[in-house]
Amino acid sequence: MATTTRRRTVELPEHPDFLWTARVTPKKVYDVIIIGGGGHGLSTAYYLAKNHGITNIAVLEKGWLAGGNMARNTTVIRSNYLWDESAGIYEHSLKLWENLEEEVGYEMFFSQRGVMSLAHSVSDLRAKARNYHANKINDIDSEWLTPEQVKEIAPIVNINPDVRYPVLGATYQPRGGIAKHDWVAWGYAKAAADMGVDIIQGCEVTGFDIREGKVHGVKTNLGPIAAQKVGMVAAGHSSVLANLAGFDIPIQSRPLQALVSELLEQVHNTVIMSGMVHVYVSQAHKGELVMGAGTDAFNSYAQRGGFHVIEHQLAAAIELFPIFERAHLLRTWGGIVDISPDASPIIGRTPVDNLFINTGWGTGGFKATPASGWTMAHTIATGEPHELNAAFNLERFVTGHLIDEHGAAGVAH
Amino acid sequence: MSNVTFKFDGVDYVGQAGDSLATALLRNGVLHFTDSTYRDRPRGIMSLWVDEPNALVNVDSGAGEPMVPATTVEITEGLVARSLAGIGDLPDTRDISRYDRAYRHADVLVVGAGLAGLTEAKKYADKGKTVIIMDDQPEVGGHAKQCGEVIPPELLASLTLENVTHLQRTTVIGTYDQGYAVAVERRTDHVSSKVSTDVARIRTWHVRAKHTVLATGAFQRPLVFANNDRPGIMLSHAAATYVERGVSKFKTAVVVTVDNQGYTDAIRLHKSGVRVLAIVDIRKKLSKASIKLARKPAEKLGIRILKGATALDTNGNLDGILSSVVVTDPKSGLNETISTDLLAISGGWTPTVHLATYIGIKPTWSNKRAAFIVRSKVKSISAVGMLAGDFVELEPAVYFGTELDETQALVAFVDHQRDATLRDLRRAVGAGMVSIEHVKRYTAIGTAHDQGKTSGTLTMGLIGNLVGLALDEIGSLTFRPPYIAVPFAALAGRERGLHTEPIRTTSIHPWHIAAGAPMEDVGQWKRPWFFPKPGEDLHAAVLRECRAARNGVAVMDASTLGKIDIQGKDAGEFLDQIYTNMFSTLKVGMSRYGLMCGVDGMVFDDGVTTRLGENHWLMTTTTGGAAKVMDWLEEWLQTEWPHLEVFCTSVTEQIATVAIVGPKSRDLLAMLSPGLDVSKEGFAFMENKYADVAGIPARIARISFSGELAYEINVSAWYGLELWNKVMELGAPLDVTPYGTESLHVLRAEKGFVIVGQETDGTQTPDDLGMDWIVSKKKDFIGKRSFSRSDTSRPDRHQLVGLLPDTSAFVIPEGSYFAEEQHKGATPPIPHIGYVTSSYFSGELNRSFAMALVHNGRARIGDRVAIGNETAVITEPIFVDKENVRRDG
Amino acid sequence: MLNIPCPYCGPRDETEFHYGACANIFYPEPASATDEEWSKFVFIRENPKGWHAERWVHSAGCRRWFNVWRNTITHEFGPTYKPFTEQPKRPA
Repeated sequence: MATTTRRRTVELPEHPDFLWTARVTPKKVYDVIIIGGGGHGLSTAYYLAKNHGITNIAVLEKGWLAGGNMARNTTVIRSNYLWDESAGIYEHSLKLWENLEEEVGYEMFFSQRGVMSLAHSVSDLRAKARNYHANKINDIDSEWLTPEQVKEIAPIVNINPDVRYPVLGATYQPRGGIAKHDWVAWGYAKAAADMGVDIIQGCEVTGFDIREGKVHGVKTNLGPIAAQKVGMVAAGHSSVLANLAGFDIPIQSRPLQALVSELLEQVHNTVIMSGMVHVYVSQAHKGELVMGAGTDAFNSYAQRGGFHVIEHQLAAAIELFPIFERAHLLRTWGGIVDISPDASPIIGRTPVDNLFINTGWGTGGFKATPASGWTMAHTIATGEPHELNAAFNLERFVTGHLIDEHGAAGVAH
Repeated sequence: MSNVTFKFDGVDYVGQAGDSLATALLRNGVLHFTDSTYRDRPRGIMSLWVDEPNALVNVDSGAGEPMVPATTVEITEGLVARSLAGIGDLPDTRDISRYDRAYRHADVLVVGAGLAGLTEAKKYADKGKTVIIMDDQPEVGGHAKQCGEVIPPELLASLTLENVTHLQRTTVIGTYDQGYAVAVERRTDHVSSKVSTDVARIRTWHVRAKHTVLATGAFQRPLVFANNDRPGIMLSHAAATYVERGVSKFKTAVVVTVDNQGYTDAIRLHKSGVRVLAIVDIRKKLSKASIKLARKPAEKLGIRILKGATALDTNGNLDGILSSVVVTDPKSGLNETISTDLLAISGGWTPTVHLATYIGIKPTWSNKRAAFIVRSKVKSISAVGMLAGDFVELEPAVYFGTELDETQALVAFVDHQRDATLRDLRRAVGAGMVSIEHVKRYTAIGTAHDQGKTSGTLTMGLIGNLVGLALDEIGSLTFRPPYIAVPFAALAGRERGLHTEPIRTTSIHPWHIAAGAPMEDVGQWKRPWFFPKPGEDLHAAVLRECRAARNGVAVMDASTLGKIDIQGKDAGEFLDQIYTNMFSTLKVGMSRYGLMCGVDGMVFDDGVTTRLGENHWLMTTTTGGAAKVMDWLEEWLQTEWPHLEVFCTSVTEQIATVAIVGPKSRDLLAMLSPGLDVSKEGFAFMENKYADVAGIPARIARISFSGELAYEINVSAWYGLELWNKVMELGAPLDVTPYGTESLHVLRAEKGFVIVGQETDGTQTPDDLGMDWIVSKKKDFIGKRSFSRSDTSRPDRHQLVGLLPDTSAFVIPEGSYFAEEQHKGATPPIPHIGYVTSSYFSGELNRSFAMALVHNGRARIGDRVAIGNETAVITEPIFVDKENVRRDG
Repeated sequence: MLNIPCPYCGPRDETEFHYGACANIFYPEPASATDEEWSKFVFIRENPKGWHAERWVHSAGCRRWFNVWRNTITHEFGPTYKPFTEQPKRPA
């Protein structure tokens, strides 16, 4: 039989023998309850323990740990948002990312391979230029690329001027990149559990114990659990929880789909987003292409969307990257994203005392996992927002002080 | 049977027409197919169809495909394929194959043309329903046909009825809400190894069916024991089928089984001349029916039956290919090594539940069938055949594998593609993973190319054993579309190149192209950016165009602006709500500029609206905002103010607009429309007149976006090009100069006119833009209430001002942020106080200038700001003709 | 791809429609609305998990608005009702 050279893939790291205790019975009382065992909930618990020495915490997850949006994620990490407030929190997050694997002691395949955002029209260039200058004056790493420079960094991009919407330029954040979502969650979870945090899976909050405008605990399918402070960090169910606690939030829950290909030879070495051609793509260490675009158009808790959304982004992808023509669509999935009116998060106090909320990250929450937890932990521990999340309050929808990131959110990742 | 020559891993082989690549290679004795992805273990073909985990190939001939199971590739003359170790190639060459889509409605979609599917199809077809029946195999008949059964001719006959659409080689890859299904049909790969450019290689079917019948059958699953992954170990149904097709490599076989299927397949092997050395059946006791159906026939053929035993381990030759199997029964002490060429495993049937799960139907665990089956409670979906559990007579044991020690567990494979073993499962459970989804992510089981088609139920069963949960407590895995991998290009279909989005052009477009104007994409529209004369760059062209507009006459195609015809007795009152200023008081025949805000008080569009009659208006919007504004108007009329009698019609494409601009535009108009009173007194600013222009009926509006004397000539779009040609012809002595969007931008900026989307980003109020003058104090309008919110009424918001750089040739890059003067030359981070929205070089002023939004801007006229190493002074946002006299000419 | 039951045209593909969020939005009298009431109108929309009375407009068809009950978990549609008509009971 003839021998043949076959492409090989990267070794996957082995996970620790022990991560956390599978079945934990909740205690009757905790200092803090975090509702939601996703990336942000787990990082909140971690930073409460690490930064504030609060370890008598229960993280309540109604399903399996980090089984929501964290389990089905396209993992783009960057901090080059438009407004100072956004740049502040996302840049803090990026700085935390840069040290996270070491600090938490967990391999996350964090890779700063750069994030590029393509411009395809004169007005697109103009908007990106503003974003670029905003980043520069805030000392956030940002480069302005000509189409030729785009091609130098990412040879597989089609910069032919004769396509429907040719590449006219791009912004580029070299420090941006990707990380392996499940392992980020597990890293935080293990570190938090090691510090004494109880992670309770299969525990769904069904109500709140609120007396005289102050929260005293939650009701769950495993019984009531009392706590001094409660944080709601449950993307996809923020409105459900808020309504249970008796107040409204300006959130709509939408399906967000994404997809992967089979394992392929490494051809794509950075992350590229295009708002106008409406797709963004990266290639993971193992070799699969990871791709996504925008949400489906309607409210949903079904964790699935329509196939036409997938078809359009595949068509967009092969216009930008003709080499992907033969790649196979292997798997699609959907999550529930909580979108806010200004595409900016809501982290802070609620009308109920000692009840705090963290929501509204929409389609771009993964990159904020560290700073979201950091600032939420601060807010819970001190009762006051951190300077980095002070602007992301519920009040802004009454005062009008919105932080509109629809543009910078682009194809929103 | 005709011969087909093909190449695999560089070696030429001959197979039979109709063979899959797997069959053909087995025919040629190829057992060692490839080596595993992570542990380099020799692997061979295990299965028959898309569930094949090991034999993945990269097809190099034809269109080329990076990763396909060899069991699904039909050999053709000249096929070239290579074995893979888990990673596919992405060649740099274009795939020029043709791909397309088809859309169908049907009463019934039947997925699967095995016996169950065919029966259902006939049932509905006979009732006169429109039926589409799709099957992914090359031939009708599914499982039964593979076993050599004859398909009843009346079932086949119904496939040719007029109301039946029958497609083979068509895989339904996804099911979606309200009866939507997507399927992928392979049309040419089995015909020829050449690229197909005239016939679609793959067609994607979109079907909306009132009722969907799922008859997707089932796959066999393997068992877990030590060294269960050697070449020569196959699923029993596959093994028997390959042998029946004429694969003669195997002289001896041992069958290990948990159900009656193993006996069926053992007998098939025997009948094809393979010496079946033993049937190893984990089930000690059998029902009377099974003894009669399965055991007795096998015993009659002299096949040895080991009851209550199972496979523990296997041995291989020097190449790692199967040489013997170790059979044990811990209870009886049996421990026997049997030499054999083939080890055929029947681990139970796993119904193909995917399509049901995609739309939320949860499969239920059946102990009697040792399987997750589909029982649909949804009226519009039915499940039949093996999918619905139609195999209870096989009496499977709920059994997934032997008790193994640490060393054995290390080579007991659960997911061949991930080289994931029982040891990995044990570690996962020990680590705290409770959910099958956790285990998947911890071990990577089920995440490879086959997406767990063979490993799924096996994994769940093993976890159940490890954590002490029954399978109905664990629940089924989450499956996701697509059911099989599909090339990106196939799904993109014809949505390629210039067809990815419509191109909108005005009726004057051919002239712009002929003139060599570079075009700018404004949404889906193409607009001329500038009109360079030979040797001119953008800068030079814009200087010339603007000079013409300010000193002579220039002409622009303004047809892309949104136009909405608004009629009704309440139109004026309605416009008063939509715009920030008054429109109901506008005189018939006059135009007025208006600003629109959202309910949040932020400007989102603007335009000039003309009162054509008592109850008749024509609104213009920005080019990009037309559809949004149209929707906005209708939303308010239909959902908030239905009592208003107002009718809106989009007329953007029905009217062409040519603007003639400059001090000599009056002269040009006089030439175009002799007899029209074009005098300053006779044709006032913002007035409209009807007249023939170049012999074409037109409405002329004296509107100016440049600050110069100007007229916008509106004609039926059919005559747009004719009008333009006439303007160019008659304007030649006046050196009439066409100008594009770049000059348009410069001219209006010199006057300080905002462009929505450039000076605004959705966070500016009219007051921010210095346009308090356009905000009526007399009436309410949409968004007004938001102005009095605390942040919206802050006096020091970012306000629109002008900037004049101290270096007069320095054109500040648009989008630049700037700081207090003292920060000149400082290193970031620097606290900023604003950003530049528009910035140009003005030929008129012979210097650069800019518009900017500055914190507390209006109170800071005269202050300086620093942009990097440069500085600029804050001015009023108007630069040319501050008294606005030029617009009268 | 949802199949949306336009009460004017019959069931049509989702891509022919624009979504309008929840139905029954109360537009307060702007002059007398408090900041909170105004904020509620501008920004708060229901977001239930389950049956949701929502608005759609058939942009590529009759271009008319209508309301419909839809389940946000199963995507099943319930009864439609035209603007300014009585809302049918929430489906079971």
